[in-house]
Amino acid sequence: MIMSIRDLFKKNKPNKNITITREQHSVPEGIMTKCPECNHVMLTKDLQKNKKVCPNCQYHHKMTAKERIDDFLDEGSFQSIDDHLQTVNPLNFPGYIEKVTSDMQKTGLNEAVLTGVGELEGRQVVVAVMDSFFRMGSMGSVVGEKITRAIEKATELSAPFIVFTASGGARMQEGVISLMQMAKTSVALERHGAKGNLFISIMTHPTTGGVSASFASLGDINLAEPKALIGFAGRRVIEQTVREKLPNDFQTAEFLLEHGQLDAVVSRHEMRKTVSTIVKLHVREAI
Amino acid sequence: MVKTLSFEEPLVQLRSKITELKEFTSNTEVDLSKEIEQLEERFTNLEKDIYHHLRPWDRVQIARHPERPTTLDYIHELFDDFIELHGDRTFGDDAAIVGGIACFEGTPITIIGHQRGKDTKENIRRNFGMPHPEGYRKALRLMKQAEKFKRPIICFIDTKGAYPGKAAEERGQSEAIARNLLEMAGLKVPIISIVIGEGGSGGALALGVANHVHMLENSTYSVISPEGAASILWKDAALAQKAAEAMRITAPDLKEENIIEEIIPEVLGGAHKDVHKQAQFLKDVLQSSLDKLKDLSEEELIEQRYHKFRKIGTFSDKDFQKTSDKLK
Ligand SMILES: [Zn+2]
Repeated sequence: MIMSIRDLFKKNKPNKNITITREQHSVPEGIMTKCPECNHVMLTKDLQKNKKVCPNCQYHHKMTAKERIDDFLDEGSFQSIDDHLQTVNPLNFPGYIEKVTSDMQKTGLNEAVLTGVGELEGRQVVVAVMDSFFRMGSMGSVVGEKITRAIEKATELSAPFIVFTASGGARMQEGVISLMQMAKTSVALERHGAKGNLFISIMTHPTTGGVSASFASLGDINLAEPKALIGFAGRRVIEQTVREKLPNDFQTAEFLLEHGQLDAVVSRHEMRKTVSTIVKLHVREAI
Repeated sequence: MVKTLSFEEPLVQLRSKITELKEFTSNTEVDLSKEIEQLEERFTNLEKDIYHHLRPWDRVQIARHPERPTTLDYIHELFDDFIELHGDRTFGDDAAIVGGIACFEGTPITIIGHQRGKDTKENIRRNFGMPHPEGYRKALRLMKQAEKFKRPIICFIDTKGAYPGKAAEERGQSEAIARNLLEMAGLKVPIISIVIGEGGSGGALALGVANHVHMLENSTYSVISPEGAASILWKDAALAQKAAEAMRITAPDLKEENIIEEIIPEVLGGAHKDVHKQAQFLKDVLQSSLDKLKDLSEEELIEQRYHKFRKIGTFSDKDFQKTSDKLK
């Protein structure tokens, strides 16, 4: 498939080339998919049709940023921005650029987040969708910059800003600069909010570390997909620190909801409608 | 006896040789004063040579020195009338962060900082300076209070990181840190943050969205500890020394990246050698920082802080064609 990333989104084609490779040795590659949660084997095509939600156990398989855009926004309404920003290697880590380049080819994205302007049931919104298939969705300079620019775009348009998070945290290979992206995105959100603009954060599996401890948690409304892993510190680190067994549902969306950290857990089938309603209820003129 | 660090070994050896010679001369008629004088000179030169050529890992060790001055040490040296204010009004009081009001050179200020312990007992009480969410929420409460009374805010950063524990997660560690980043961005009073020891990750940054950020010469500021970086990048925590260099976590590194304003010099050998003198160095920088910020309006303070963090990032904004080529 040879086309620029801009072309890809104008046409808004569903991506038919996605294959789930996990446990592929036991099922024919690509055609069939085995649910990692319940081991149900199904046609990949059927899983795709069901928004990548397992029909047997409702497990929400990870979506790519492009699949999310296709699923969430009005068809053909999305225009991406800042696809040209490019990661550099500030600390000269051997192999870093090669890894980023390989993920660019794998995902068709310039970095671990896809940003742009689109419509949700006819209302203009600015979205940032993180892609955990790109360096585990980790945040370095380009991810921080793209998200910040998207927030600024939303502020400029007085449009709601909507983020789908999926990230292992800060990008180690960029050192303290990646830490500072937490501050950068947050100062932009402060400004967006100070002007009375809406920000909705939707946490998907997994949302941890520096992303969890910055914009992901700062929504006027914080939502999450069922069973998504959300937390600051990794489970293993915590287990080593506290020397006690953690409950099975620890750091899941449901666990966070129970502890008052989320507004709601929303199934993928209901997400578009729920967010659209929230946006509608924030229109400043009479509805 | 102050703990010796590995790179200080040559100094310790030379010092003991000098002491030995001195003892010898006092017990005999032999005059070795010339030799002793020469050795003393050699000691002074060696000391300068070692302390002026510290490697990143040496600085990490100084930053972690058990006797390194803490937030409370500097509070007592720098401010008058300090009154500690406790609690987040929601859950509890986190001893890993101290805060309160005080007077700095005639100006009322709010002071907040991570607080380590000096011994095991105090470290357990203060959780080794690793805060829970209520610590960050206390900090935010005190910052809002400072804003109401138009007091400048001074933050001392000194933590390995936010505490990775079960209760911390249950009470929203992520949200507490994130909230501080956002709220600090909008505060209408000057904020000055100084990294005095270890500035570990999000737990440090939660006190760091300031108009001016300074670092003590031998402090560190990083996204992850050198040990953590080594185990993730090379699957070997023993390579921490190498990671300390590769990750660029020292004050000179951050100054070069334009992330901090000033490097505050330390007394020879590190802040722990002379707390009183070290506080004087801090005082000078604090004073000049406050002077620079005092004439900015509320809007200008917010604007300055916004741009300080907005501009941080290293990437290429130019070569669109090259990017699209890579995507083909
Ligand atoms: Zn299933």
